[in-house]
Amino acid sequence: MEDDAPVIYGLEFQARALTAQTAETDAIRFLVGTQSLKFDNQIHIIDFDDENNVINKSVLLHDAGEIWHISGSPADKAVLTTCYSKTSESRVLTCAAVWRMPPEWESGNHESPDDSSNNPQTLELLCHLDNTAHGSVACVLWEPMGDGKRVISLAENHVLLWDLQESSTKATISSSATLEGKGQLKFTAGKWSPHHNNTQLATANDTAIRGWDLRSMSQIYCIENAHGQLVRDLDFNPNKQYYLASCGDDCKVKFWDVRHINEPVKCLEEHSHWVWSVRYNHSHDQLLLTGSSDSRVILSNMVSISSEPFGHLVDDDELSDNEESQQEDKGKEPLQDSIIATYEEHEDSVYAVEWSAADPWLFASLSYDGRLVINRVPRALKYRILL
Amino acid sequence: PLWIKAAAPSTNNNSSSTTPPDSDPNGRRRIHSMLKLYYGLNEEGKAADQAESLDPCDINGPHFDPEVYLNKLRKECSLGELMDHESCMVKQIRSLDSDMQTLVYENYNKFISATDTIRKMKNDFKKMEDEMDCLSANMASITEFSARISGTLQDQHAQITKLSGVHTLLRKLQFLFELPARLNKCLELQAYAQAVSAHRRARCVLQQYSHMPSFRGIQDDCHVIMEQLAQQLRQKFRDGGSSAKDLSECVELLLQLDEPAEELCDKFLSHAQSRLEADLQGLEAELKDSAITDTGGGSVQKTSELASKNIPEMANGKLHVFVDTLAARYFSLVERRIQEEKGVSDNSLLVRALDRFHRRLQAISKLLPGSAVPSHGTEIVVQAARERIKQYLSALQTFYHDSLTDVRQALAAPRGASSKDATPSLPELLASLSNFILNQLKSVLASVHLFTAKDITFSNKPYFKGEFCSQGVREGLVVSFIKFICQSSRQYCESAGDRGGSTPPALLLLLSRLCLDYETSTISYILTLTDEQFLVQHHTPVTPVTALCAEAREAAQKLLNHYVKVQGLIISQMLRKSVETRDWVNTIEPRNVRAVMKRVVEDTTSIDVQVGLLYEEGVRKAHSSDSSKRTFSVYSSSRQQIRYAPSYTPSAPMDTNLLSNIHKLFSERIDIFSPVEFNKVSVLTGIIKISLKTFLECVRLRTFGRYGLQQIQVDCHYLQMYLWRFVSDENLVHFLLDEIVCSAAHRCLDPSPMEQSVIEVICERG
Repeated sequence: MEDDAPVIYGLEFQARALTAQTAETDAIRFLVGTQSLKFDNQIHIIDFDDENNVINKSVLLHDAGEIWHISGSPADKAVLTTCYSKTSESRVLTCAAVWRMPPEWESGNHESPDDSSNNPQTLELLCHLDNTAHGSVACVLWEPMGDGKRVISLAENHVLLWDLQESSTKATISSSATLEGKGQLKFTAGKWSPHHNNTQLATANDTAIRGWDLRSMSQIYCIENAHGQLVRDLDFNPNKQYYLASCGDDCKVKFWDVRHINEPVKCLEEHSHWVWSVRYNHSHDQLLLTGSSDSRVILSNMVSISSEPFGHLVDDDELSDNEESQQEDKGKEPLQDSIIATYEEHEDSVYAVEWSAADPWLFASLSYDGRLVINRVPRALKYRILL
Repeated sequence: PLWIKAAAPSTNNNSSSTTPPDSDPNGRRRIHSMLKLYYGLNEEGKAADQAESLDPCDINGPHFDPEVYLNKLRKECSLGELMDHESCMVKQIRSLDSDMQTLVYENYNKFISATDTIRKMKNDFKKMEDEMDCLSANMASITEFSARISGTLQDQHAQITKLSGVHTLLRKLQFLFELPARLNKCLELQAYAQAVSAHRRARCVLQQYSHMPSFRGIQDDCHVIMEQLAQQLRQKFRDGGSSAKDLSECVELLLQLDEPAEELCDKFLSHAQSRLEADLQGLEAELKDSAITDTGGGSVQKTSELASKNIPEMANGKLHVFVDTLAARYFSLVERRIQEEKGVSDNSLLVRALDRFHRRLQAISKLLPGSAVPSHGTEIVVQAARERIKQYLSALQTFYHDSLTDVRQALAAPRGASSKDATPSLPELLASLSNFILNQLKSVLASVHLFTAKDITFSNKPYFKGEFCSQGVREGLVVSFIKFICQSSRQYCESAGDRGGSTPPALLLLLSRLCLDYETSTISYILTLTDEQFLVQHHTPVTPVTALCAEAREAAQKLLNHYVKVQGLIISQMLRKSVETRDWVNTIEPRNVRAVMKRVVEDTTSIDVQVGLLYEEGVRKAHSSDSSKRTFSVYSSSRQQIRYAPSYTPSAPMDTNLLSNIHKLFSERIDIFSPVEFNKVSVLTGIIKISLKTFLECVRLRTFGRYGLQQIQVDCHYLQMYLWRFVSDENLVHFLLDEIVCSAAHRCLDPSPMEQSVIEVICERG
């Protein structure tokens, strides 16, 4: 099918940071942060026109430093956070800050697609998430579906919960927790759970995954040796509150029920190198996206542990008036856990994958060489899930 | 003689008119055949010839017409030819004449000698005739004498016959008169059998002559005595204390005394039951002391054997019920006993016990053709055999685990001890392990084979001929064991991956080689051995060799992959720590290759040695060892310079990636944790790939100062110097190292690379 062909966009710089614009629900929009030590770094705003299958980009300058992590506010689509490294006195420190996109970027760039002549506009700094006391920041997490006033930053072995005040121009630490233990502990990834009234957080350090209660700022569970090697990323199932997926350097993707942490619910081993990123689809949690340094992106269909397993959708009271459809359902083969597709458009390590916030059937992946690829869930599967 | 005269003219005639066209080596043969023809002696195959020779011009044919022949010759031939023909013919005639003469002389001689013989015979016969006459005269006189003798003896013969008749009668009478006394004596001596048989012999006679008072007296006496005897027998029978044999004798005698069979049968059975009851209880008691299976097992059989001899047809049903109930209890005991037989130490004992058990049951089946007991017994034997196979399988499995533990210890031990000489070499360990397993398997097969030995009664049952061999031994034991090996090997991969890798890598390597050996030869060897030993006829589908081999291969592959992964991760871990823990921005100017790189090379070398012990070298892409180092220097100095170049020219940041992207376009995608082939080069390639990719990813996460980059350059050059020799395609190492240096250059705040010559000097220095 013609529209199943991937759309590729090349950045001039190497890049690791990718996010969907969370608050934007109409346009398909991704933000990419570049990594360059020699040039001014940029944030590319990638707009995907679904109907015409074309990409419109705009560039904002991010001159604070190279971007390691980027995250969009769930409430205000113009607000975002970045983690960037700053070199001062031959010391490299990764800092975090909240930014606002200049209001004109959208109109300005759409009028003239040939933007090379345009002087890129600069992001407006709202506030720093001051971390001088805590060390390098690994990532900043927005409160899921929140009002854009609370963020968590993971700095070395500290969890810091920030309150953003006065239109995000001021950030104060409301509470914090510190992971104590042998050696130099350092968070590598984290995820704010959208369940339990946003009171839970999961973090990864080395091979362990930990759960935190944000009210008491205390650890609630710990999966030691969740992966044989470093854990690289986590994601919560958006529809099943106790389920989370993790991935790591042992090339595996594991699914956990945090109530039973001794054994993973399921384990996938499809990549041939470290898995750097794992993402549940926001609406259909059987769809799972993983990106790996084997340069591949894999879309899997995990029916058996999804919130909409086959045949469970029809309730008993619906049975009577729905008998015909029920029989139709029986005629269909139940779907198995399977790999839907392996995307090989990348030629370098893929460090980030992200579902679109606006279109649940669309996703982007970013490889280190600056290539952004936008793909869609195959139509056949889409209809199968929908119908 | 007359026929010679007849023959001579005919041959003469023949020779004058017919001339054989050639008369050389076959001449005699021809002449003979022609003579035969003439005398009508011609046999079978000659018919065709005769038909042919109807031609009147055929000089040898019977229908030869000289006139026609002459005319023909005259018409057809020239004068010269005729002359030739004539001379030829004359020659032939002459030779025929001489032949004939010789024949005639030969015949004549023979006749003369024949006449002599006949004359001699005539004389001899005359002498013989005289002797014969004399003989017949003698015979006549003998006949006369014998007739006279038999006439005189006739009277005496009749008298003797009569006397002997009287004698036997008197003997019989004496027997009768002595009978009461004899019976009494028997009674006294308790020789009941003799008494009964004596009485039986006399009974009919007494009955017949009972009208005569003297006989009646005897009969009455006998009756009284026999009554007494029966009484005694009954008493004895009722007591039931005596042995089974005595009892059955009693029953036999009583039956002969016309006792009611039904009643006897019931009583007998009840006696037998009580006795067997005791036996069974004894067995049960013994069971707890774990006695040998079949002691006393025969008692049931013996009793029922005796019983069935005695009990008439009508009691058969009762006997069946009796035997069945008792046998059921007995079987349950035997089953329990067999179940207790857990150890696999001595199979022959069990087989012998089962054999005896089965043999006895066979005896029952002969006595009681309809009984279900033997089949049930066979079932027990079958069950025991099945159980045995299961036990052997689990014993094999434990053995396998134990030997693996031994190997593991052997692998672990020398590492503690410092002496390197003590290291048992991997091939030795592998050989001994596989020998242990094979021997154990063989001995188990030998033990199990006892079940099918010729002298074991149940070995010719259909189960032991078919299912036992194919489903039991082949599938249940051998195939299951092989599958178990594969499966447990796979478990090593899985458990070790997650839980911190407790399996030593050398063991993984060893097992992988073991599985591979199984795939290539051992499995088919074992199965052939089994099939031969057990003459397996596959009625039911069995696991084919190929499926097992595939499984073994898969296990071998998995183990080897895991080995690569584990070793790769060990090296990766070193590299990663070394990259992560260093402050690359503020490092000093490199003077040395970092120790960790040397360690990596050392470890890789030792892995290379380790793998080389078990796996073949494998194929590399062609390259000459001489040029490789030079190529790299050219490669790095020229290409890397070009690739760094854009870093200084801020105008075109795009170009930075261009070259590497083009490079990637044309090089194949490298799968890092990909399956390896079964050879050393492939394994090493896998390990090095994993290590270098880790190095790359770690470098990308760091920021470098000027000297940091230079240190990476030095390190990579050092790795290049030593690692290319291990891999199948040195370009792969080039590519990955290049990528590392390149990434480091990108991540460098002040990218000014080190001079290639300096790098080389540093690397060569150490």
